[in-house]
Amino acid sequence: MTDIDSTTASEEHEHHLLHDHHAAPGHDGEHGEHDHVSDNKYIVIAVILAVITGAEVAASYIDLGPAFIPLLLFMMAVKFFIVASFFMHLRFDNRIFTWCFYSGLALAVAVYVVALLTFGFFAS
Amino acid sequence: MSDVVKETVSDAVDIVKDHADDVHEHDVHAGDEGHDEHGAAHPTSLGLSNVKLAMWLFLGSECLLFGGLISTYMLYRNRHSEDVGPDQLWDIPFTSASSFVLLMSSLTMVLAVSAVNRKDQRNTKLWMIVTALLGGLFLAGQIYEFTTFYREGLGYTESLFASAFYTLTGFHGVHVAVGIIMLLATMAMIAKNKIAMSKQPETVEMVGLYWHFVDVVWIIIFTLVYLIPA
Repeated sequence: MTDIDSTTASEEHEHHLLHDHHAAPGHDGEHGEHDHVSDNKYIVIAVILAVITGAEVAASYIDLGPAFIPLLLFMMAVKFFIVASFFMHLRFDNRIFTWCFYSGLALAVAVYVVALLTFGFFAS
Repeated sequence: MSDVVKETVSDAVDIVKDHADDVHEHDVHAGDEGHDEHGAAHPTSLGLSNVKLAMWLFLGSECLLFGGLISTYMLYRNRHSEDVGPDQLWDIPFTSASSFVLLMSSLTMVLAVSAVNRKDQRNTKLWMIVTALLGGLFLAGQIYEFTTFYREGLGYTESLFASAFYTLTGFHGVHVAVGIIMLLATMAMIAKNKIAMSKQPETVEMVGLYWHFVDVVWIIIFTLVYLIPA
């Protein structure tokens, strides 16, 4: 009998542990829902991401004046959060994972914005 | 008085023995359930997977690495000679196509995770190899881009702009290459039954998290480096 064949009830229990179905702290009750996100939904999300990318590229060819950079940054942020929330399952997983990731991100943004301010980057 | 002390000590010894027996029984039981010697399947006191928690902490720390590289590029993006700068070098349609390829590789990766959760090994392997191929295509595009830039005079030490650009996009490219190796290695291990069925979903999901992170980093690089003019 191979490892693959030997899936038992206890292994199923282990699988559930690995996927944090028992992890409750601070969760909003949507736990484990990502297992039920259909492939079609993922394809729709990918199409949305592709459309936003197309809009970004199109915007770079159009003179949008002072709205250009804020618009690009907004579209970039939307794409970032869509991938993190749906493809990386942060929306459905335990919130501790969200905190781990976004804490690092927030720290990075804070540190490097201050660093860039020190060099007078935003003044130029 | 001494009887009371003896009785109390005896009770304490019994309690300690009972606890030791419980711990031993738990360990044996855990072994029966297939928990390995590395304790990979043991949840933390939070009830979360150690591996997944470690991966998210690692990705959080990676934000600082790429934050530093992106900041450095932003700071030095105007420090180049007049004839070899972004205006002369950037090929937005080509880079947009590369970005699209990497974005679609995130879709195929999440389809692999979805397949492994359904215990569908055939589609898991299929989507993982498609993801690796798309990653390879992106890397090929990056190598082509670097070669073109070099031929047009943008050597690594040509300017601060060049150094910052190559370091940032090069680090990202190395991450993509590592991701491809992880994908192919995981796929081979699944094909050879080296990973137990119960552990496959988490293993593929960890590779997926890394891959999606590489994608979100490129989302930022594409906008800040290529689309926003210096």
